[in-house]
Amino acid sequence: MSNPVGQAGDRHAMLHPELRAEHDGDAIIRNGQRLDHAEGASTPLHSQPEKQPRGARIHGSRPVDQAEAAARFIAAPQHEKMHDERLWDLRQKRDREMHGIPEWEELRSLASAIKEHTLTRLDQYLEQFEANARSNGITVHWARDAAEHNRIVHGILKDHGAKSLIKSKSMLTEECGFRAYMASVGIEVIETDLGERIQQLDNEDPSHVVVPAVHKLRTDVAEVFSKTLGTDPENSDVHYLAEAQRDATRPLILAADAGMTGCNFAVAETGTFVVCTNEGNADLSANVPKLHIASIGIEKVIPRLEHLAVFVRLLSRSALGSPMTQYTSHFRGPRVGGETHIVLVDNGRSERLGLSEFWTSLKCIRCGACMNTCPVYRRSGGLSYGATYSGPIGLIIDPTFNAKKYSNLPFASSLNGSCTNVCPVKINIHEQIYAWRRELVRRHEVPMAKKAAMKAAGELLSHPAAYRAAIDVADAALAHLPRFVIYNGLNAWGKHREVPHPPPQTFHSWHQANRGGAS
Amino acid sequence: MRIGLFVPCYIDAFFPAVGIATLELLERFGHEVVYPRDQTCCGQPMANSGFNAECAATEALFVRNFSGFDYIVAPSGSCVHHVRDNFDAIEQTPQVTEVRKRTYEIVEFLHDIQKVEALPWARFPHRVGLHNSCGTLRGLRHATASELHEPFFSKPLDLLSKVADIEFVTPARPDECCGFGGTFSVFEEVVSTKMGYDKVSDHASAGAEYIVSADTSCLMHQKGCAERIGVHMKFIHIAQILNGASS
Repeated sequence: MSNPVGQAGDRHAMLHPELRAEHDGDAIIRNGQRLDHAEGASTPLHSQPEKQPRGARIHGSRPVDQAEAAARFIAAPQHEKMHDERLWDLRQKRDREMHGIPEWEELRSLASAIKEHTLTRLDQYLEQFEANARSNGITVHWARDAAEHNRIVHGILKDHGAKSLIKSKSMLTEECGFRAYMASVGIEVIETDLGERIQQLDNEDPSHVVVPAVHKLRTDVAEVFSKTLGTDPENSDVHYLAEAQRDATRPLILAADAGMTGCNFAVAETGTFVVCTNEGNADLSANVPKLHIASIGIEKVIPRLEHLAVFVRLLSRSALGSPMTQYTSHFRGPRVGGETHIVLVDNGRSERLGLSEFWTSLKCIRCGACMNTCPVYRRSGGLSYGATYSGPIGLIIDPTFNAKKYSNLPFASSLNGSCTNVCPVKINIHEQIYAWRRELVRRHEVPMAKKAAMKAAGELLSHPAAYRAAIDVADAALAHLPRFVIYNGLNAWGKHREVPHPPPQTFHSWHQANRGGAS
Repeated sequence: MRIGLFVPCYIDAFFPAVGIATLELLERFGHEVVYPRDQTCCGQPMANSGFNAECAATEALFVRNFSGFDYIVAPSGSCVHHVRDNFDAIEQTPQVTEVRKRTYEIVEFLHDIQKVEALPWARFPHRVGLHNSCGTLRGLRHATASELHEPFFSKPLDLLSKVADIEFVTPARPDECCGFGGTFSVFEEVVSTKMGYDKVSDHASAGAEYIVSADTSCLMHQKGCAERIGVHMKFIHIAQILNGASS
């Protein structure tokens, strides 16, 4: 165990000199620790590191049990507390940034309208983007689905005799199962985003679209690095770990045969594309090797460069509560002697565009604000969803990939609506969650027991006499039954909270006695 | 005015005092308050779980019970949110849409329709933390939501500030969901109760003696959570305070 708890002075001394601010008024201190998304938030509270809870158990296409995995996450209190507080901190930083922009709500409306305009003319803008990208010297490929994407990229790499590939974080490549595919064809992939690299070394999916290893304590990272990079398992100092990772990965980056990035925005009028990062890792991936391949979801296109300004103002403020990402890199075409390839990927997007209740989910710019604000996500961990996309946006996108497998996800929400309010492109996320529940019932993807219970409830609640008798029985039961009958495994209400105390009389009988019951 | 009083099932069974306070409060303002005795539920539990067809008969019963009133008033934000915004399992006849748009939650009725200026009978000498339920906050828009860039307003605080001697405390996360969420509270009970523990602990840290809300369902859940983890907290519906309850 590296450093004791509660000594903010020692902690400050440990910070790299460049990170020490003279007037550190913005720093949030909890339990004597500086809380910051980039570092330091995960200092363990006890000498024995708590074991990292793993994500949902996957059994083919059987429905993922998010509630079961969430319960295991909550059963690891250090992880749950750190995760909740770290993401809530991002939400608060986002609020502060929002209050600095008087026209914030107008910006959201504008961004939403630009996306709506583009998505309803997607074919035109994609063809314009393709034509302009080609005239910039980029080779453009089209992939119908994940498998075609992976084959195309493999083909490009094969043509160049490439055996190793450095890549920046891309949720689209996660969607495509890209790393697993590359492993199967013998190509080494090195993630250049630090969080994503941690997840790759731990053989685990990203748990968040922006901060992929946010569910890990730094003791978890120390364990992963000790096994994979040979670091000291007892040393969980963030700077030591970051340095060790850098030392191990830089040579691989410099020697890589090809580089790959995702894309945040593809501009139709210029044929250029933009990648936003905080680590500059996309620039390494794109600029170190001579071959650059970019995977781009077809919904990423925007009409003109002027529209980019709207999204760039919203993206990082919503995601991390910072005014801009550290790097906003524009890629126009290959350098002299190099090659740039783009793979435009559908993978279910056209089909989603045709769903009248759900098509606006394609407006998503993957900022993760809905995850940061979601009280269920913060307490469940992103891996509990067992899907590429977790949190509120995941609940409405994942079922489009596999309605059966992700049939439980739309129920992992209290429908509180905070996600909708933070969404920078104004997707009505919680209303779509509600609509997905209806859709899944329509498609018979909800357990029979739940259906039977709801049918019975509907019967009871539409028959006043039977209902009245049931209320009286329930009150009498709670008043007279012994505790062990009420608090057992079958009563989900009573497992972790007390049932209400029955009053001497119901409102109904009070009214009968005091207002004569006439109506 | 002739008002139909809707007392949702769990209030009828477990929190009759909330129904009584609502009725008495409306009577104080001179309204004729009618309690249709065949009422049961608004259909929300089934609809909230995706079973819209299963709640059609309950919605039809609700319309039969509550047609013909000037207003329908209920002490439950989430039920009113369902009736006003999601009540579409049955054909939307003029009778149905009329009932839907005349249905009000008690706070918004007092604030927007009654336009209450004074509550001379109300005195509550306690420190209270206000819980804006998600149904009232983001559904019915009782108050500013912290996520939005908009001028501050709060209908429940407007009303509570007319109560003598009341003192407000502000929790660290004022409008975070408490985890009730209707059927979510049983289908995802571990996450739901963890959210409840955090909510009542947050109010306790802020020094609240009472948590007050316009949603009895949230209070029922929070009370159960507080009792389980031993947080000493009292819970009261806003209608009870506005009607002059002293504790």
